[in-house]
Amino acid sequence: MAEFSLPQNSKVQKGKIHPKPEGAVRTKTFNIYRWSPDDSENPRMDSYTVNLDDCGPMVLDALIKIKGDTDSSLTFRRSCREGICGSCSMNIDGTNTLACLKSIDDVKGDVDIYPLPHMPVVKDLVPDLSHAYAQLASIEPWIKTDTTAPEGEERLQSVEDREKMDGLWECVLCFSCSTSCPSYWWNGDRYLGPAVLLQAYRWIADSRDEYTGERLDALEDPFRLYRCHTIMNCTQTCPKGLNPGKAIAEIKKLQLERQ
Amino acid sequence: MSDQKSMQTSLGKVRGLGSARKGVSHWWMQRLSAMGMIPLVIYMVIALVTVIGDDYTNAVAWLQSPLNATAMLLLFGAGFYHASLGLQVIIEDYVSNESRRLMAMVVVKLSMTGLAALSMFSVLSIALA
Repeated sequence: MAEFSLPQNSKVQKGKIHPKPEGAVRTKTFNIYRWSPDDSENPRMDSYTVNLDDCGPMVLDALIKIKGDTDSSLTFRRSCREGICGSCSMNIDGTNTLACLKSIDDVKGDVDIYPLPHMPVVKDLVPDLSHAYAQLASIEPWIKTDTTAPEGEERLQSVEDREKMDGLWECVLCFSCSTSCPSYWWNGDRYLGPAVLLQAYRWIADSRDEYTGERLDALEDPFRLYRCHTIMNCTQTCPKGLNPGKAIAEIKKLQLERQ
Repeated sequence: MSDQKSMQTSLGKVRGLGSARKGVSHWWMQRLSAMGMIPLVIYMVIALVTVIGDDYTNAVAWLQSPLNATAMLLLFGAGFYHASLGLQVIIEDYVSNESRRLMAMVVVKLSMTGLAALSMFSVLSIALA
């Protein structure tokens, strides 16, 4: 059955409270999920109060500040700090987003930070995404053609056909959408989830690809595609403002069209 | 996933038994039966309101009209078909244990078919009496 409560050893407990820095005027408190595989402790919420006058504007700036100044054991993924690499996706203030694109000022009260929901945790805010990456590999996210590439020039695409990929190519694969989807929580072993289905549609919508039919064949499955019940959590949470729900609907329309 | 398969690669697990190559007709029929039920339900509500407080003979006479009997048959057919498709989705969503899922599916499919047959036979036995 779907699991609605946490197992005993996953119950989140109260953790350490780190005091506010001396002399700080404008402060914000961050309650952060902590769990380490190296001991047998339950997860806990540690609280850190950050001097906002000595910190950048984004939640990622605060995390880096905490790791640098207060607690070097705090573990999270980050790379580009400008919304392009998709590494720092996490659950901030109840919504999956990129820490580098989430302004601290946008959160009223304390900032609660958890790892992406319903994924195995490697440590603290780092989820294990290997299953999601394997799902991405399974849709073969590369151009597939039988026609040989033209000698010495690129494969041509009209301006109109290129525009069909707008809203698809911008995805940075942070998996905020997939991990916000209840269908992906309950059936993520077989349901591909919004992130991977948006990628699948990116190649279906690409006029240069010659394997559209095979791609649709591989997706036509009650679990891989049709677990989507269009509740649109994916679209609401996407930190890049994309619409995976629409991409999935387009795949369903094409499945119907070719009947 | 059984223990013997635990050394399988992530991609192997994801590919699993492959695509079922079905799902479109389930998705389409669920929407088609829902669309069909919109006029039928409105028709039935209006009809039930007009028969309220009427006596037995008039109620039987109402159901004996070919138009009313056909509408009732279609409503029961579409309704139980739609319920069967919808319950299937709920079971697939929430029951992950394979054998329990299969059992629940058998119960739902057989009981929905039975209820559809019973209700449609009841309409016919009054309409053709």
